[in-house]
Amino acid sequence: MPVQVNLPTVLRSHAGGAKAVSVEGATVGQVLKALGATYPGLSGQVIDSDGALHKFVNVYLNDDDVRYLSALDTPVTDADEISILPAVAGGAVSVAEHRPR
Amino acid sequence: MLLLPKLVHDQMVAHCLSGLPDEACGLLGGVPETGEAVTCYPTRNLAASAKLYTVDPKEHLRADRDAEAAGYSIIGVFHSHTHTEAYPSPTDVAQAPDPTWHYVLVSLRDVQPVVRSYGIVYGVVTEEPVRLQPR
Repeated sequence: MPVQVNLPTVLRSHAGGAKAVSVEGATVGQVLKALGATYPGLSGQVIDSDGALHKFVNVYLNDDDVRYLSALDTPVTDADEISILPAVAGGAVSVAEHRPR
Repeated sequence: MLLLPKLVHDQMVAHCLSGLPDEACGLLGGVPETGEAVTCYPTRNLAASAKLYTVDPKEHLRADRDAEAAGYSIIGVFHSHTHTEAYPSPTDVAQAPDPTWHYVLVSLRDVQPVVRSYGIVYGVVTEEPVRLQPR
């Protein structure tokens, strides 16, 4: 079934400038794989080479971060919307230097 | 150039000060074409650290939807550096998510906060002017 996927500005150029596209799949993982198959420029941007969710993006099913659901195995229906946003992080030191207080 | 209404500037700096001793962060909604910030979206720093920040993903989604519904977009991110100058760190550069965004740094190293803005395009940092708007 087709599921709407909302794309962040940084990825829209890979989908002809579209803000949202519709792709098939019964789970978040299937939808994201179909997204990469339909728009080759998006392949590798959301799912990494190990088949896991890329750590530099956040993927939501409706209002929820899929990492707190069943990640790529989360089931979807055509009433659902998937949204992709960049993970926004940084800081004054490199992660390697950081020691939790 | 980043056009920064005084209200947005003040909300951003106040959020950074209220986050001390940790870094604070948030997003800016506005007009991508002109670089005008319209809305300050303070967000939680999930890293809860004086040296790192992570914008709460759920608050990012909320801010993105709010901006899009009002006909705007998220055009940038701000965060504080508590003990260093207002310049992007290697971590900030490596993790910059969008080459079209404005990356605003608020340094709280000195008594007077220092606000500066940068473009980060595939690892290349370029400072841009920040023009305060009188509303």
